Amino acid sequence: MSATATTAERADAARARKALIRPIRDGLLVAGRNLIAYRRVPQLLVFSTIQPVIFVLLFRYVFGGAVRVPGVRYVDFLMPGIFVQTTVFGAIGTAVGLATDLKSGLLERFRSLPMARSAVLSGRTVADLARNIFVAALMAAVGFAVGFRVHTNVMAFLFGMVLVLLFGYAMSWIFATVGLAVGDPETAQAAAFPVMAPLVFASSAFVPVDTMPHWLRVFASHQPVSVTASAVRALVLGGPTTSYVLQSIVWSAGILVVFAPIAVRRYRKTV
Amino acid sequence: MDQAAIRVEGLVKRFGDVVALDGVDFDVPTGSVFGLLGPNGAGKTTAVRILSTILVPDGGRAEVLGHDVVHDPDGVRCRIGLAGQYAAVDPNLTGRENLRLTGRLAQLSGVEAGTRAAELLRRFDLIDAADRPVRTYSGGMRRRLDVAAALVHRPPVVFLDEPTTGLDLPSRNELWRMIRELVQSGSTVLLTTQYLEEADRLADRVAVVDGGHVIANDTPATLKSRLGSTVIEMGLGDEGRASRAQELLSRSLSVRPERDGSAVRLTSEDGARILIDALRILDAESLTPASLSVRQPSLDDVFLALTGHRAEGTDAAPAPEGAAGRRGTRSRGAS
Repeated sequence: MSATATTAERADAARARKALIRPIRDGLLVAGRNLIAYRRVPQLLVFSTIQPVIFVLLFRYVFGGAVRVPGVRYVDFLMPGIFVQTTVFGAIGTAVGLATDLKSGLLERFRSLPMARSAVLSGRTVADLARNIFVAALMAAVGFAVGFRVHTNVMAFLFGMVLVLLFGYAMSWIFATVGLAVGDPETAQAAAFPVMAPLVFASSAFVPVDTMPHWLRVFASHQPVSVTASAVRALVLGGPTTSYVLQSIVWSAGILVVFAPIAVRRYRKTV
Repeated sequence: MDQAAIRVEGLVKRFGDVVALDGVDFDVPTGSVFGLLGPNGAGKTTAVRILSTILVPDGGRAEVLGHDVVHDPDGVRCRIGLAGQYAAVDPNLTGRENLRLTGRLAQLSGVEAGTRAAELLRRFDLIDAADRPVRTYSGGMRRRLDVAAALVHRPPVVFLDEPTTGLDLPSRNELWRMIRELVQSGSTVLLTTQYLEEADRLADRVAVVDGGHVIANDTPATLKSRLGSTVIEMGLGDEGRASRAQELLSRSLSVRPERDGSAVRLTSEDGARILIDALRILDAESLTPASLSVRQPSLDDVFLALTGHRAEGTDAAPAPEGAAGRRGTRSRGAS
């Protein structure tokens, strides 16, 4: 019994000492575990990257010819939209991943362990951020291959990508809530689409909003996908950036401030 | 060793209108194996989930090694291991990675977790499969890994929630052997089961739960002696013949016959003697049974003897939707 008692006592001591770093340590452990899944089941990553590549080819070569954007080559208009769309669709993975863990009983085990309460959610969203970085780099490569060019400088382009990733991270918290609420991967997938479709398509991601009816244009010009796409466009094509960049940051921060606590509350109550 | 490792007092838990636990009390002495025996929906899993800090009770108290599950959940979590009836391991990780992750999340260092993982993989006979993803494991292997994961951080108290439900006989025997070894190392084990045989083989003491109540709390030997070691069941074809047989037998035999529809049941320590006598009596009155079975007492028999009604929903009863019923084990009132 002495060995078991010391383990428990040591764990007590550890949690007192590590109260500050434990959330980070445990979050990274969970994130590492989630990233292993992408390595072991590469289909997860392959299918989630094929879809945006098809979008690029489709819009670049099929629809693109019919879209007139004054003063800009369509491929340069398109790619910032594609970056945003890709990371937003990636957030569905957050919902599906959490719902899968919930259904399998894994979250139940996590809740019985002396680990940081926040680690399941932070680990999930950080892993999905890492995946988004990979996917965004891949999409940039595809974009350059089909003729996309940065008209400003590398720093502006990278800053644009940071905005995109920040927005994708914020969206992950919305979909963390969705995944925990539905508790089933298939349902999570299905529930995500009605949220995604208006955000991604009723936006300036693929086409300018000028031709939309007035009521739609009001929504489409102010919603987060559009302002983030516009911010990236301004950064890579040139022109006034401040307003769009600020709007995008405010949207991402706002989504995080609202949805992170909701997701955490949901997690505490679930299982 | 007289201090209670687990103390449960007046525990109440409701899911909407469904009362899963309705004032449950029991103590588990340190270093012993305690069985919670009952059908699906009796409240066993709910009790384990409260004790492992996954659920918060609506009333009563529960303590693990002096740490209150509501006021000091982290203190409880440092001291417990949980293996559920649905093998909660990550199918994409290897067996070794699963154990290491659990160990590290239980606040072991990387080195400790690695050593401990190797040790447990050997002990649970998983060493050959250690570096294969768990999705390639058989059901029995997953369950063994799940139990191993509950032990990584050497918790002094271990909860095993229906550890062998759904396993074939060889896997079940194998797991029983491993649980017995675990107990010899001095851990306190709380085990839930639907099988009387399992409780009998493993537990020092058994609480029988039904409808959120503890209806008996005794050693397996005492519980079984209330029943007798042999159950004789005779089908008489219709209820009229069955009640006549019951009357005849109760007049002449030393044991009390019970009637259940058109069947009559006798339980006794001296099965062969009673069987011969019973058949002789019935034969003399031309009440030859249409069917006859002689067997060991089952959970059903314990229930019938203790409650006067059959165990409801012993097989996966449909559970109410939502968080309350996701595991399908606390659906009281569904039947």
